[in-house]
Amino acid sequence: MMRLELVKRPQRSALFSVLSPFIAFALTMIAGAVLFALLGVNPFNAFNVYFFQPISEVWQLHELAIKAAPLILIAVGLSVCYKANIWNIGAEGQFILGGIFGSIIPVLFPEFEGPLVLPLMLLLGMVGGALYAAIPALLKTRFSTNEILTSLMLVYVAQLFLDWLVRGPWRDPQGHGFPQTIQFGDSAILPELMPDAGRANWGFVFALVAAIGIWLMMSRMLKGFEVRVLGSSPRAGRFAGFGFNRMVFFTFLLSGALAGLAGISEVSGAIGQLQPVISPGYGFTAIIVAFLGRLNPLGIVAAGLVLALTYLGGEAVQSALGISDKVARVFQGMLLFFVLGCDTLIHYRIRLIGFAAPKLEAAPKLEEAR
Amino acid sequence: MSANHDRANLLEVRSLTKVFGTLTACDHIDLNIAKGEIHALLGENGAGKSTLVKMLFGSLEPNSGEIFWDGKAVKITSPGVAKKLGIGMVFQHFSLFEALTAAENIALSLNDGSPISAIAAKARALSYSYGLPLDPETLVGDLSVGERQRIEIIRCLLQTPQLIILDEPTSVLTPQEADKLFETLERLRAEGKSILYISHRLEEVKRICDRATVLRHGKVVGHCNPRQETAASLARMMVGNEIKAVVRAPAEGIETAPALLEIRGLTRKPATPFAIPLKNINLTVRAGEVIGIAGVAGNGQGELFESVSGEVLQQDPGAVRIRGKDAGGLPITGRRLMGAAFVPEERLGHGAAPRMKLSENLLLSRHATDGKSFVGSGGMVKNASVYSAAQRIIAAMDVRKSAPDPEAAALSGGNLQKFIVGRELDRKPSVLIVNQPTWGVDAGAAAHIRQALIELARSGSAVLVISQDLDELFELSDAIAVMHNGQLSAPLPIAEATFEKIGLLMGGAEPGHAEHTMETA
Repeated sequence: MMRLELVKRPQRSALFSVLSPFIAFALTMIAGAVLFALLGVNPFNAFNVYFFQPISEVWQLHELAIKAAPLILIAVGLSVCYKANIWNIGAEGQFILGGIFGSIIPVLFPEFEGPLVLPLMLLLGMVGGALYAAIPALLKTRFSTNEILTSLMLVYVAQLFLDWLVRGPWRDPQGHGFPQTIQFGDSAILPELMPDAGRANWGFVFALVAAIGIWLMMSRMLKGFEVRVLGSSPRAGRFAGFGFNRMVFFTFLLSGALAGLAGISEVSGAIGQLQPVISPGYGFTAIIVAFLGRLNPLGIVAAGLVLALTYLGGEAVQSALGISDKVARVFQGMLLFFVLGCDTLIHYRIRLIGFAAPKLEAAPKLEEAR
Repeated sequence: MSANHDRANLLEVRSLTKVFGTLTACDHIDLNIAKGEIHALLGENGAGKSTLVKMLFGSLEPNSGEIFWDGKAVKITSPGVAKKLGIGMVFQHFSLFEALTAAENIALSLNDGSPISAIAAKARALSYSYGLPLDPETLVGDLSVGERQRIEIIRCLLQTPQLIILDEPTSVLTPQEADKLFETLERLRAEGKSILYISHRLEEVKRICDRATVLRHGKVVGHCNPRQETAASLARMMVGNEIKAVVRAPAEGIETAPALLEIRGLTRKPATPFAIPLKNINLTVRAGEVIGIAGVAGNGQGELFESVSGEVLQQDPGAVRIRGKDAGGLPITGRRLMGAAFVPEERLGHGAAPRMKLSENLLLSRHATDGKSFVGSGGMVKNASVYSAAQRIIAAMDVRKSAPDPEAAALSGGNLQKFIVGRELDRKPSVLIVNQPTWGVDAGAAAHIRQALIELARSGSAVLVISQDLDELFELSDAIAVMHNGQLSAPLPIAEATFEKIGLLMGGAEPGHAEHTMETA
């Protein structure tokens, strides 16, 4: 009998840590081809519609940037959390709260106009996201709750809160009963970068600045070192004098603020008002972006563009081939699945064992018996 | 292959070789173990001892070479095969579940479905007959390290092995406990069982071993009868050259020197059910002196280290004072800024982050000290100066490594220890607290580290050394205090200290402890 065995590498493989996302992408393509074939569509045609047509013209690249901006903004924040071994899964909720906080000025004080409005909105958006992220951080540090559960559950709270706001107190009185707020005034709209070429707005610039800033922090600054030490060996981190609880707050507030900034950028840029749903799952997709980008901010920029394309492709196959745009979710899920699977190759190599191999018994703690 | 021995060989190893990448860990090793002998395997760190033993116990596969068991060629492909042949192993690091009883732990490894009560009865009988009394019903968490080792030995003996491999068994024992173990080993030898005894304590090897095989850089450099050798000649065979003896100049005027580290009534509740509480610990270390803290592992040394280092804070700020100022309320960074430096016992995961480069591990303990030489304004790390400081330490401590700036986990234990000690010495701290400074470090490097600690003290610093190696403490210390069950004895000046006195204190023979046993009895 042949079987596969994973053998631990003495050092992490630099080759496979670069290669892993590409292998994962190739595997996703293969599985995607099978999927399209089963749906009765020619895979090559489908891939053309899904991956190439949506970016064949300049205005479409602008659409790509619009979708990529929130993904990158959120994912760079999450990458800091995950590097610290702290698991913020609730960026979707922080995104929504950012959108709500940032909308306070244009919705409640529409007569307040001028150049101050937009910076204040962005700031409020960041505060909103950060405050909402502070809840799981507080629960974790005070009561040792699992931040994965609390941050995830708060997403649903945020979604329902937004739904209630736009149907209730914040509903546009002249909106014929539609569940949405008033349209934001001109000074509350995030400007487009190149209005003649397409719709892409300043959100994409924020994303790039955030990615470069976080990259600098993680690779050059003591704070980034602190994140990496606490994430990889907490006890050594304590020996270094870095506080774990402080780190929980730092990472949650940072990632919450960036998710909040993404939220208000989306609302004041692409949408222009609050609606019951302001995100097609950016906060969750950003988790995939973070891992596909190797938790490296510059890799995340590339991964964000790829995942943004899966959204556009989903819309394209729906209109051109009549396939549900839920196929985008399938692609995103497969991509994450394969990335996590391929990451095994960074620490392990695969060995093929011939038949009649002896049964191995676990030898306890042999590694340490120097 | 019939060596100059008339007894039959139980195990013969011929030309056994194991290659890891470019490193030949074991290079054509020959080894014969006769029936009924205690055979020592000597060698420095990285000489290939554990690789050889792992091949004998079936957890590593040799690249080439043969193993004969009772004259027949065998392939030991797994620990299960080794056990079936009759090879038993007692590891240096125990693998026991603290929340289970001794008998339950034994049952887990036997895995033959017999009821726990039967195993417990067998274990009890066996333990008494070998003079290693053990109550199989006690929770492992309540046992001392010496008692835990007994479980490992009994567990091994229950499988009636013909060859027992012991890896550094006395490193966790008091001298008295070690004596007991030697009696057991001699008893086993009298029954015709063979023992492969791995140790770096040359005096014990001379005392109980019949023959010795010495490894250096993966090769056998000699077989000898340790009884006819001196400790110095054995060490020379292991190292390949003469080891410089550690010189300890007499400390002068210490009584009047300023107290740089003071511990006043330090008390700490146990943080976990199996942790040791610290009870009213008092100690003063003055400028210019080295104080040693002896004690069997697990008697509160780790807890003491955490408290003094500031990884755990004290309620009473005066419980720990550094250079005459209260430090009890300050975390570790604050204490470092007062001039203290720390070397913890565990290298990987505590003293160093395993997956980080040596230069990053330098930053680990020195990001706040050293003014702005490593971290500039705005929190930017000065990578170039961190790197050159790491290289300076690597050169000063002769750290051997495979790359210019490798990950900590890629270094051998001894070399990483040299780096971690060097990292703190490089700062010239006025107070240095070291837990197990030379554990697992080869003899030459250990002498280097010890000499450096003494010189640091003589240059006006206060040095506190926690160690389980009594030879080391006698070599280093101006006075030795003993830690037992969370209490610290008064320091005994080195002139008055003897192995016996310290050994008795390690076993708990002090007034404070007597009261304690009466309370709990």
